[in-house]
Amino acid sequence: MATRISRSRPWAVVALGGAATLLAAACGSGSGSGSGNSASAPGITATTVTIGSTQPLTGPAALGYSEIAPASKAYFQYVNAHGGVNGRSINYIYLDDGYVPSNTPTQTRKLVLQDNVYAIFSALGTPTHLAVVNYLNSAKVPDVLVSSGCNCWNNVSQYPYTFGFQPDYTIEGKILGQYIKQTYPGMKVGYFAQGPNDEFGTDGIAGLNDQLQGSGVTVLSPPQYYPPTAAGAAAVKSAIATLQLQGAQVIAAFSVPLFTAIAEATAAALNYHPIFVVSNVGSDPPTLTKILTGGALGVTLPAALITGMVSDAYEPVVSDSSNPWVQLFKSIKNQYAPSLPWDGNVFYGMNQAYTFVQALKAAGQNPSRDDLVHAIQNSHWRGPGLVPFGFSSSSHLGLLGVQIDKTNADGSQTTMGPVYTTDDTSSGAITQYTGTPATPPSNGIPSD
Amino acid sequence: MSALADDTDDESLGSALRRSTLLRHGVFFVALAAVLLVATYLVSPFHDYEIAGVAIYTIAAAGLTVLTGANGQISLGHGALMMIGAYTTSVLLQWRPGLPMIVTLLGAVVSTGLAGSIIGVAGARLRGPYLAGATLALAVALPQIPLHFAGVFGGNQGLNVASPTAPAALGADFPNERWLAWLCLAAALVTLFLLANLLSSSVGRRLRTVRDNEVAARLAGVDVARTQVLAFVISAVCAGLAGALFAYWVSITSPTGFTLTLSLQLLTAVVIGGLGSLTGAVWGSIILIYLPVLTGDLASNLSLSSDVANNVPLAIYGVVLVVAMLVFPRGLQGALVSLARQLARVIRMRGTVLPAVPSAPEQ
Repeated sequence: MATRISRSRPWAVVALGGAATLLAAACGSGSGSGSGNSASAPGITATTVTIGSTQPLTGPAALGYSEIAPASKAYFQYVNAHGGVNGRSINYIYLDDGYVPSNTPTQTRKLVLQDNVYAIFSALGTPTHLAVVNYLNSAKVPDVLVSSGCNCWNNVSQYPYTFGFQPDYTIEGKILGQYIKQTYPGMKVGYFAQGPNDEFGTDGIAGLNDQLQGSGVTVLSPPQYYPPTAAGAAAVKSAIATLQLQGAQVIAAFSVPLFTAIAEATAAALNYHPIFVVSNVGSDPPTLTKILTGGALGVTLPAALITGMVSDAYEPVVSDSSNPWVQLFKSIKNQYAPSLPWDGNVFYGMNQAYTFVQALKAAGQNPSRDDLVHAIQNSHWRGPGLVPFGFSSSSHLGLLGVQIDKTNADGSQTTMGPVYTTDDTSSGAITQYTGTPATPPSNGIPSD
Repeated sequence: MSALADDTDDESLGSALRRSTLLRHGVFFVALAAVLLVATYLVSPFHDYEIAGVAIYTIAAAGLTVLTGANGQISLGHGALMMIGAYTTSVLLQWRPGLPMIVTLLGAVVSTGLAGSIIGVAGARLRGPYLAGATLALAVALPQIPLHFAGVFGGNQGLNVASPTAPAALGADFPNERWLAWLCLAAALVTLFLLANLLSSSVGRRLRTVRDNEVAARLAGVDVARTQVLAFVISAVCAGLAGALFAYWVSITSPTGFTLTLSLQLLTAVVIGGLGSLTGAVWGSIILIYLPVLTGDLASNLSLSSDVANNVPLAIYGVVLVVAMLVFPRGLQGALVSLARQLARVIRMRGTVLPAVPSAPEQ
């Protein structure tokens, strides 16, 4: 595949340049006239675009999530090797904040003030990114495709420069809740979430409650919480023991992978076998398998602990090798980041990078920072996501829906039922999405 | 700067300066303030932001120097005291968002002073490892409180704090980071000035007497327990002030910012810088801020697989600390002082001996 693309490279560059010129002319958003590139904004030179991110490369959230930024970088390297975007290569700098909110402000300022980035891209974590969202918006730095499903990013009046990416946790909670009440009527459902007072956990629980309170299932109270710190493991153990005592038959979880793994391991150790329904960010089977079998918990545990886990996805299942997006991203990973595993985190990082390239192209030949914001607000593009984005001038919500899936004994996932879309209000109906999935362009680089 | 900790007089200073510690320290700190003011203009806003961080850690480390260096009490719980200061400020700002900084800082000083006096009374009954254990418990337990009273303290996610903005009088282009650096530097200089005077006063002598020999101190009429509580309160107040500024600096106060690691980092700063010296606290704080930056840059310049590269900064940090302790057992300040003494001796020897014996061997 790679050879085919490099052979068609001159053609691709010409086509891209032509498309970009047309686009710039059509939108009238490019500040330069003709095809000349200029340094139109901080972080943009005639030949480069520098963007930055803060990521948990170490610490409790690093297991799994530390693969996201290298995966994005691999996709950008692929794009750079094929002519870049409007003749500029993308320089992606990501710094470690360890998933500690008090580290994020320093690292973000370093990116903005020292490295002079054009935009912050894919900054990971709800508690961490909340520490800098005010700063970025007051500095008028585009803060795009945040790696978190907090619905706090969709606040156009307060955070005009911030955009979400994945479905927010309330959307996920609603669709997971609908599945639980339809599939497990009459059962006792316990909540296990990051918190207390963490938007990740509370937004998810809000969505679950929206469907489950007053339905055919019994919701146990109070919700069980863990803090995402070194002390979290002990909290998880007591939470699972409490849910066992209460007789929870279904555990609905909004947790990061390490703590999902601890929860499943704890339940197994207590000879307690509830059905785990885990939201997307904490349920990637390859990541969980690596934690369980790799000794990260101090013991080596069987991968079978996650068999039967119910989850939801807004991207194609990574074990589906017939999917053209899976084929494309996997071949890019093999070429540009061979040391990365192949899992949902890597797909996610590449999906974000693909979306960013779409945004950067749409922003015009010589974009200002505001041009990027307008380009995303006016976007109607499709990519690897199962559903469209919700971006508009009044909404900065990312993908609008998910599909339920189940983990098989071999760690692969099988999707169940249709793709659903909804919004994050309690009155918003859950509707079946009937659109067809997009297919990747032949050269693997978005053309619009 | 080495004159801060010990009372050694310098012959080059005027006789008035030699007589009055207050005047000597006053002149020194005004000069230092002027130098730092110019420095904040010469560097980029990001470096101003880092300077503010150094100033904040300096305040906490200087307080710990008084407790551990001068009074001999070990605290592994200063991160928790910083947390009390930070949360006092943040809760006050939640209650009245427009509250001036001086009010919130004073609030933090009062609350940590109270907390410090309670811990100090308990601590005065404990010695060595037992005191370390008790303060360690504080560092572990206190971050759990915001999780249990999430309504007041914002739970795991914490409380947002609006970063201070530069007054309009400084001009529209004046970076907020430089303004923050000024505020933090001002607080650090005032703190160091007060502590330097305190350590060269009779209180400082009492603190050191208790550290060196409690029995001798008692025989000399020093109230050991009261002195120890006093040291703890002074130290806690510094930590509280640092914590309050920390809240403005990171613009969010959450339990994850005040883990045991912070307490250990502060102790590391004090020991690496040079135990018992306020100047050492400054060196230690500079290391605390800049060493992770250097190791991070170094790691990213090596082409390593991401699993290794991510953890290299932590590994280098550890190795540097171990090597520093092996090479400079008395800390950076101790090493600098002995280097300066050796240099002075060499110069003196050259000055007197050189005319007679040109090839005098250097000792």
